[in-house]
Amino acid sequence: MSDVALKGAPASAPVPAKVETPFRRFVSEFCESKVAVGGAIVFGVIALVAIFAPWIAPQNPYDLAQLDIMDGRMEPGTVGGAGFTYWLGTDDQGRDMMSGIMYGLRISLMVGAGSALIACVVGASLGLLAAYAGKRTDTVIMRLVDLQLSFPSILVALMILAFLGKGIMNVVIALVIVEWAYYARTVRGTALVERRREYIEAAQCLALPTHRILFRHLLPNCLPPLIVVATMQVARAIALEATLSFLGLGVPITEPSLGLLIANGYEYMLSGKYWISFYPGIALLVTIVSINLMGDQLRDVLNPRLKK
Amino acid sequence: MKRIQQRRPPAAAVLAAVGVALAAGQANAQTATIAVGAPVTSIDPHYHQLSPNNAVADIIFDRLVNNDAQSRNIPGLALEWRAVAPTVWEFKLRPNVRFHNGNAFTADDVAFTLQRLPNVPNSPSSFAAYARTMNRVEIVDPLTIRFHTAQPYPLMPLDMTNVRIVDKETAENATTEDFNTLRAAAGTGPYRAVAHRNGDRIEFERWDGYWGERAPFQRVNYRMVTNDAARTAALLAGDVDLIDQVPTSDLAKLRQDQRVRLAEQVGLRLIFLGLDHLRPANENSPFVTDNDGRPLGRNPLADVRVRRALSMAIDRRAIVERVMEGAAVPANQFLPEGVFGNVPDLPAIAFDPDGARRLLAEAGYPQGFRIQLNGPNDRYINDSRIIQAVGQMWTRIGVRTAVEAQPWTTFVGRAGRQEYSAFLIGWGSNPDGSHPLRNVLATVTRDRGWGASNRGRYSSPRVDAMLLESLSELNEARRGELIVGAMRTAMEDVAVVPIHIQTNIWATRRAFEYTASVDEGTLAQRLRPAPR
Amino acid sequence: MTVYLVRRLIQALFVVLAMSVIVFVGIYGIGDPVEILISPDADQIERERAVKALGLDLPLWEQYLVFLGNALQGDLGRSFVFNEPALKLILQRMPATMELAFGAMFLSILIGLPLGLFAGLKPDSPVSKGIMAGSILGFSLPTFWVGLMLIMVFAVQLGWLPSTGRGETCSVLGFVGLQSCNEGLQWSFLTWDGLRHMAMPALNLALFKISLVIRLTRAGVRETMLMDYVKFARAKGLSRSRVTFVHVFKNILIPVVTVVGLELGSTIAFSVVTESVFAWPGMGKLIIDSINVLDRPVIVAYLMIIVLLFITINLIVDLTYSMLDPRVRLETKGT
Repeated sequence: MSDVALKGAPASAPVPAKVETPFRRFVSEFCESKVAVGGAIVFGVIALVAIFAPWIAPQNPYDLAQLDIMDGRMEPGTVGGAGFTYWLGTDDQGRDMMSGIMYGLRISLMVGAGSALIACVVGASLGLLAAYAGKRTDTVIMRLVDLQLSFPSILVALMILAFLGKGIMNVVIALVIVEWAYYARTVRGTALVERRREYIEAAQCLALPTHRILFRHLLPNCLPPLIVVATMQVARAIALEATLSFLGLGVPITEPSLGLLIANGYEYMLSGKYWISFYPGIALLVTIVSINLMGDQLRDVLNPRLKK
Repeated sequence: MKRIQQRRPPAAAVLAAVGVALAAGQANAQTATIAVGAPVTSIDPHYHQLSPNNAVADIIFDRLVNNDAQSRNIPGLALEWRAVAPTVWEFKLRPNVRFHNGNAFTADDVAFTLQRLPNVPNSPSSFAAYARTMNRVEIVDPLTIRFHTAQPYPLMPLDMTNVRIVDKETAENATTEDFNTLRAAAGTGPYRAVAHRNGDRIEFERWDGYWGERAPFQRVNYRMVTNDAARTAALLAGDVDLIDQVPTSDLAKLRQDQRVRLAEQVGLRLIFLGLDHLRPANENSPFVTDNDGRPLGRNPLADVRVRRALSMAIDRRAIVERVMEGAAVPANQFLPEGVFGNVPDLPAIAFDPDGARRLLAEAGYPQGFRIQLNGPNDRYINDSRIIQAVGQMWTRIGVRTAVEAQPWTTFVGRAGRQEYSAFLIGWGSNPDGSHPLRNVLATVTRDRGWGASNRGRYSSPRVDAMLLESLSELNEARRGELIVGAMRTAMEDVAVVPIHIQTNIWATRRAFEYTASVDEGTLAQRLRPAPR
Repeated sequence: MTVYLVRRLIQALFVVLAMSVIVFVGIYGIGDPVEILISPDADQIERERAVKALGLDLPLWEQYLVFLGNALQGDLGRSFVFNEPALKLILQRMPATMELAFGAMFLSILIGLPLGLFAGLKPDSPVSKGIMAGSILGFSLPTFWVGLMLIMVFAVQLGWLPSTGRGETCSVLGFVGLQSCNEGLQWSFLTWDGLRHMAMPALNLALFKISLVIRLTRAGVRETMLMDYVKFARAKGLSRSRVTFVHVFKNILIPVVTVVGLELGSTIAFSVVTESVFAWPGMGKLIIDSINVLDRPVIVAYLMIIVLLFITINLIVDLTYSMLDPRVRLETKGT
């Protein structure tokens, strides 16, 4: 719907003296918040489940031959025709919800992390370029950012997915196109400030090549806000994918992500078959919350203005 | 005339209404609120041929020939009709009928309406076809009108069930916008529109000068609530008295709810699978491969045994019960029993996976093949669920099926360009077998206007010949034989794979009663207070 | 200043132009509107007539030039579906969306600001931790899911609020009720019935923004409390409440104003989900319906209005920002 990271842009104008933080110090500061550590642990578990889903799930929910509609919409705890218990019930196609959630997590995380990573690389490069080159390049890139941000993301996704067809890769592409602008804006904002600092001037005086200044000097100093934005954007990408799937535009129906599972169950919610929508909803919620908890602490740790 | 959308009805009408209401002693049921699932895009009855628009038009306007809830032709603005010569239809009009503005209804209005049909600017789907068959419209006297056609044309009364009659004086030079602002929306129907907000709501008031049975409510609010869950919720919360397109997922719960009453009727919409008939037996079909994903070199769908096997592999009862939750009946042809064009002795398609495997082996595919089944995900009830279920069933007989659902906007274009091998689609018929035959099963022939929705490109000279003969056969018995014969041929040929015919479902609050109909339209006049 | 404004306007023009091209090509790529709008039993002759009637028989570039020519005269085309000017359709729906968006913003500030202030001033209190955890939940809950939950609880179970729709409206000129719905702009916040209908969708839409405001306020408060001038003010002996409400408050207002301002645009643009769950007859619902039937004139006109809205809002935010914080000079700020 909107971006958490906006905050970084306007608020980062005046920056007092900055302290270099080594990795270990960062870890210990991160661990100061019990909630954030909890979030990290939960997220770790979720990631493991997602990675090992094919080995631990009782059913391959993407294989139509393993599903039977006669097992459809069974309540949690029912024993199905295939002989094993559906601990979290089944959806309308007779898909075991537990297996579905495990595989769904896989897709959601893959889509979230993949799109955030690509969008981060693309956006950060363009943002750096805009800040460093200034003038016309800056104007062109920032107008592009404006254009991007003024487009409802649902519509962008609709068009892209209509061109490309459904599929996980295509969803990733759509999300990248929707999200790169946030990274570009954040990096540009930080880089504009950093650029005027002495160490950059020094590097320029040494006549170092531009790419070296950009990536070795400027980029590392833009990283803290970027990491915060990226964390938040992973959560946002997962949520956006869910919304896209809700609108029937995301992943293919035979390979449901968490969002599509929720959308499938949405219609059954009023009729008391809560589990189809409820459990994937909880899984989605826990995933996003755990990422956001980490991101929250990261922001506090990485924000130099909160240090004394 | 400008005052037609004024809220205050003429004083006389108010007095009459009050008098009748007092006499009937029904003070409790003066207003009813309806929530419909499909947005109405215009009040102009000739602008866009679209079922929700037609339903609203049928509240405000009348047709020469009306349909009852069973879609049988009944006298509307015409009392009787017959072919006085092979190429001349005569309609005797109902006397003493008045439009909502007080104007008398005469043959002039009919002639004007027919002349307006092809002349509505910017119409995305006009009614022009219903006037195209007529060479000449002859007004015999104010209450008799004759339509002259080039060839004998048995479908004239059916066509007239699609034409809503407007008042010549009001609608002459009126634009679609004039109808939308209700300035020109004067009909002869049981309710008149008094307020209209595009895509949101329409408000009706009883027309006390109506020629037929008096409408039960003084006022009817007609709201458009496109979200399924929201519509059900509105009914349960008591905000509305009637909803249509009841979501199948809510059926089980609503059936048990004491506050709610359901009205159901098997409809005219067949859900079926179209198959690729375009590629001959020795060419590749776009989404068919062998089991390793390589091109097959031939189109298995060109073989009737393969088509029959695919049809036999489908457990229709399971789809109806599990996916549709009982809101459909298994189908073996386009039209349900009792409708003109139904083949009465056509056997139901047995669910027989073993027989299907044998047929496949006989056709030279003992190991099966791979296929992709396409379909829309936002068009028909449970569309994407049905194709997944079919995918499961086909995979079990060795035809490994991938399933892809897309929004209708992208799906329909690709299906129309024959880009798919197998696809799910629906067809809502008129209550006459010639309608699906001509549009879906006949060979694509531009000059005859045939096969415009024949997306699989099925073609059979026998079907075409019988259809052609039926289209100029005025003897209804003989016409019936031809239509049934053509339909039987196409179904035995597995031109399409029928799955089920949808049941139309409405739900009302307990205090109301709705007459469920074969057509899907939601008509205010079919809603009345429940008898105590 | 004037130069700055003119430059922004010219840039805006290019953005709008680029966008209309993208939409034209995009919709052309998605599908054929006639295929979707035409009655299924229309024959080939009727189909050809419809293509011509909608002007879709011309090559795409010619269609675009026709559109551009008309747009320059203020005519953004007629809706394929409604046969009415696209601009008129959108403007008719605008008040509904606007009042929903403003209602949501009002709620978000009313609820978010005090909570955020508290969480920022007492970061270690368990209540603050609860507020922050709640705000993360607010970010994470899918809007459509929350909407349905609200309907289930407040309309179906408790029966306190009407489930869907907009209720009674009243035009500013004072014609009460639906009676005058064909004339004048309609607002539902002027009637009790309208307000009751508005409560749930506005809350649904506000949920995300409440979280946002809480977090912005808290972060702002925490940063500002560490600033030298705050320490100085405290050292000077000013009361805690005076420091909080005058010094700190004034400074945290900047990011909050910025973001809430920016959020207005996105709230309006993205109220799509809320509007369709609650059957709220606003612009968002119109655009989704239009996309479903590829009603190109309406989509183009809607997006142009949204882009103009965004540009205007950004401009206003920038100007406000420069007024609130004199250190910011417009010329150096690009966005």
